[in-house]
Amino acid sequence: MNYFWAFVVGGGICVVGQLLIDLTGLTPARILTGYVVAGVVLSAVGWYAPLAEFAGCGATVPLLGFGHLLAKGVRTALQEEGAIGILTGGLTAAAAGVTTSLVCGVVCSWFGKSHDQN
Amino acid sequence: MKMTAQEYARRVKKVGPHSPLGTDCLWAFGVGGGICLLGEVLRQRYLALGLEADLAGTLTSCTLIALSAVLTTLGLYQKLAARAGAGSLVPITGFANAVVSAAIEFKTEGRILGTGAKMFTIAGPVIVYGTLSAVVYGGVLWLLGG
Repeated sequence: MNYFWAFVVGGGICVVGQLLIDLTGLTPARILTGYVVAGVVLSAVGWYAPLAEFAGCGATVPLLGFGHLLAKGVRTALQEEGAIGILTGGLTAAAAGVTTSLVCGVVCSWFGKSHDQN
Repeated sequence: MKMTAQEYARRVKKVGPHSPLGTDCLWAFGVGGGICLLGEVLRQRYLALGLEADLAGTLTSCTLIALSAVLTTLGLYQKLAARAGAGSLVPITGFANAVVSAAIEFKTEGRILGTGAKMFTIAGPVIVYGTLSAVVYGGVLWLLGG
């Protein structure tokens, strides 16, 4: 059942993004940014943690989950370290993903050739 | 010939590539769901190895990012994205693709201002506004709790 709901919830979140692209003409950068901010908000009001519990990677792999990770990081750091956690919590939680992306970007640029986008 | 912005948009829509909404959504659902399913399979593997839930989640993201980076370098992720639209954009693999493809694409402009700067074209706003909202949220929590 884990796998089924990961697929359905993850797919559903992507369909919302597709509708935004087709119906509003928002650019990818705006959609990704919007998704992360929306993830922070949904996590802040307490809706995203139950969804992540229910759908696993269906909720955490889409960029909404990145926002949830930032918000969760701030929440935890605030409890454990006090007010400084407001500044340290978000990026600390997101560090692994961001660092992996950046390192992969530079390493791949050594080997990759530019490809036609189609 | 003069025309209004609306008229121009209408003509672009008429002449531009036709993409039926239903087909687009089906592709987005299938591919986006598939990527999340792959993530869940990886996560369950990591959990089965006895890793803590948080660590398993982090490793899953890192694995998906590395996988996306390899596919992007080979030029395959772009092929998938042409069909899958948001299905390949919204998952964390799309974020990685945006970073890696810009890093490769702009290396002709140099290591520093090409690769180093342009890889943040999409990742930058995501990180900036994500972090900003998280800080605002933290501030509100702190004021409410303190």
